[in-house]
Amino acid sequence: MSAPPPPLGKDLVGLENLSADQIRAILDTAEPFKEISERRIKKVPVLRGKTIVNLFFEASTRTRISFEFAEKRLSADTVNIASTGSSVVKGETLVDTARNLEAMRIDMVVMRHGASGAARFLADRIPSSVINAGDGWHEHPTQGLLDLLTIRDHMGRIEGLKVCIVGDILHSRVARSNIYGLRALGAEVAVCGPRTLMPPVPEELGCVVFSHVEEAIEWADALNVLRLQLERMEGGYVPSLREYNRIWGVSTQRLEAAQKEVLILHPGPMNRGVEIDSDVADGPHSVILNQVTNGVAVRMAVLYLLAGGQPEKAEAAKQGGEA
Amino acid sequence: MSEKLVLRGGRVVDPSQTLDGVRDVLLVDGSVVAVEASLEAPEDARVVDCSGQVVCPGLIDVHVHLREPGEEHKETIATGAAAAAAGGFTSICAMPNTDPPIDDPATVGFVAAQGRAAGLTRVYPVGCISVGRAGERLALVGEMVGEGAVAITDDGSPVMDSGLMRLALEYAQAFGIPVADHPEDLGLSANGHMNEGIVSARLGLSGKPNASEDIHIVRDLLLAELTGGHIHLQHVSTRFGVESIRMAKERGVRVTAEASPHHLVLTHEAVDGYRTEAKMNPPLRAQEDVDAVRAGLADGTLDTIATDHAPHHYDEKEAAFADAPNGVVGLETALGIVLTRVVGEGVIDLPTMVERMSCQPARAFGLPGGSLEPGRPADVTVFDPEREWTVDPSSFKSKSGNTPFAGWSLKGQATMTIVGGRVVWSG
Repeated sequence: MSAPPPPLGKDLVGLENLSADQIRAILDTAEPFKEISERRIKKVPVLRGKTIVNLFFEASTRTRISFEFAEKRLSADTVNIASTGSSVVKGETLVDTARNLEAMRIDMVVMRHGASGAARFLADRIPSSVINAGDGWHEHPTQGLLDLLTIRDHMGRIEGLKVCIVGDILHSRVARSNIYGLRALGAEVAVCGPRTLMPPVPEELGCVVFSHVEEAIEWADALNVLRLQLERMEGGYVPSLREYNRIWGVSTQRLEAAQKEVLILHPGPMNRGVEIDSDVADGPHSVILNQVTNGVAVRMAVLYLLAGGQPEKAEAAKQGGEA
Repeated sequence: MSEKLVLRGGRVVDPSQTLDGVRDVLLVDGSVVAVEASLEAPEDARVVDCSGQVVCPGLIDVHVHLREPGEEHKETIATGAAAAAAGGFTSICAMPNTDPPIDDPATVGFVAAQGRAAGLTRVYPVGCISVGRAGERLALVGEMVGEGAVAITDDGSPVMDSGLMRLALEYAQAFGIPVADHPEDLGLSANGHMNEGIVSARLGLSGKPNASEDIHIVRDLLLAELTGGHIHLQHVSTRFGVESIRMAKERGVRVTAEASPHHLVLTHEAVDGYRTEAKMNPPLRAQEDVDAVRAGLADGTLDTIATDHAPHHYDEKEAAFADAPNGVVGLETALGIVLTRVVGEGVIDLPTMVERMSCQPARAFGLPGGSLEPGRPADVTVFDPEREWTVDPSSFKSKSGNTPFAGWSLKGQATMTIVGGRVVWSG
């Protein structure tokens, strides 16, 4: 009997082209991996002998460390390359960087890059698995997955939920991965923010559009609040951070006015007092740190599945088997 | 010794004399001498059997980038002229966005001389509107015309200053040349990498909205009306742009306008997968825009087909989408694409294609070709409308192969390109 096909294919470039079954398989695989991080000795031999390069062309703390923990807890050998201090800054092209890594016989590349499409570009050119850790404004699939897992943990389901993404949708890879993943699993998705930070035709992406955050809160079961980057103010998309907070900020006052419980997510890093008030971020309905914890489990699941692991064997693999 | 060539028994399509029928064509010493139902070939003439072929006035592309001087790794005037000849073009107009730009009489003369030295398709230089393409003050328009410039443009960039565009439209009238514009309001589009719409939203790429093109098309039409000058609008890609030009033509504004083969057959969906070979400026737009460009070509609102041939080295296109340069090559695919996907789909008929690819561009840019009337230059394209072929960039004469049409099966290809009575390409 031949081995079943790898459940995700070679790469994880985005959630747009994944089926609901594939997304569920990742989330289900993440469940047993959660426990590894709770052990005293946080290491299983699932990826022993695999070589993984974490290639970060943009600064990242949380995502890079989360991937690194996931890799190390699965016993992979990892190398980190950041854009400073590598030939990336010497003008080497992306394709040359990729080919050189490939020539050293690696198994996977986790890449963050400032250009939309960079992950697809790399995946099309090297035989190793490519995991997109964020490409420009395009997608950040593991962030989308950990958001899905966190929502599912707390609400018990995704299907039929109403989730509103608040903030800078236009420039957000997190927003796109959330929109595709949530819709694939049957959630209703809305976006809310100033029109200057909306993508063209958000309705055609399948989203309800709210201009007023009060309406969004009234509608939603969960809010995913995005970071407002300082550059957006400098770029003239919003006149000031203070005005943004007054009109689109998620505050306790606004949540209380809705007189219902709304789950609060934020991909981090937060600008407290801009897109989210501290008492909301630290409040009883915030699952922001659960997201971070789930991030490691989701990334373990993705690494395991791309290495050829089968979802139903994850529990056994964790006990000492290899992928 | 005189050179004589008889093209025997082809379907001669020449809208300049409302001719469409089987004829023999006699070319002597670089001129058309006779087009008749049955010619007795002179004894010393070379006779070419053209039965089953179309014989038409040589195709003219008023919009090509030959990259010389300055970017010879992408194309040279000689390789561009060879690509043009292989594509069935007998005359091409070289855009001035080179390095240095073609903004003075010496550089215009250099381009013309390189074209003559190549000895293939005729190469007509187009000069800059502004010094250094900086958009600030008029280049030496009169002296450039004296060296052979047939039009002016800052193509690649728009003329953002409406006052400068007004001056250009006024000043150029003394020389009888068109002012060609790449219509684009950079305030709306400078950071864009593709059409703004659902595909850009999905891919996470910044977009260029139709309005960025529409605003400058309307501005240019108003300035042409104000000045009485001849505006030539390049690579029109939007529905409202087409409609605006149609209205202006009805009002009698002196406007001519181009449609590019890629804008006639591709939408922004072609960019999906971050395909840099489908990245150009103006970008591929939505289906309603393609429909409008086709309708505009059919009714003559867009009177000229021009390729915007824009070669780039493969290294430059082998990049993340935002980092790749704009432009596609077109000289060697234009005829096949138009025959297969525009004529073949009934948008225009064959004589209209010849009108849009030869007669009208000659008129608009004041070039000597565009007709097979006796006495005109012996610039002739012979093509086989039935020949089936597959686009293979590795076989291009162009130095570059950046085309979105690689692998397309096409029907119709040039078999002989004749410039000044001399066969410069056959295949």
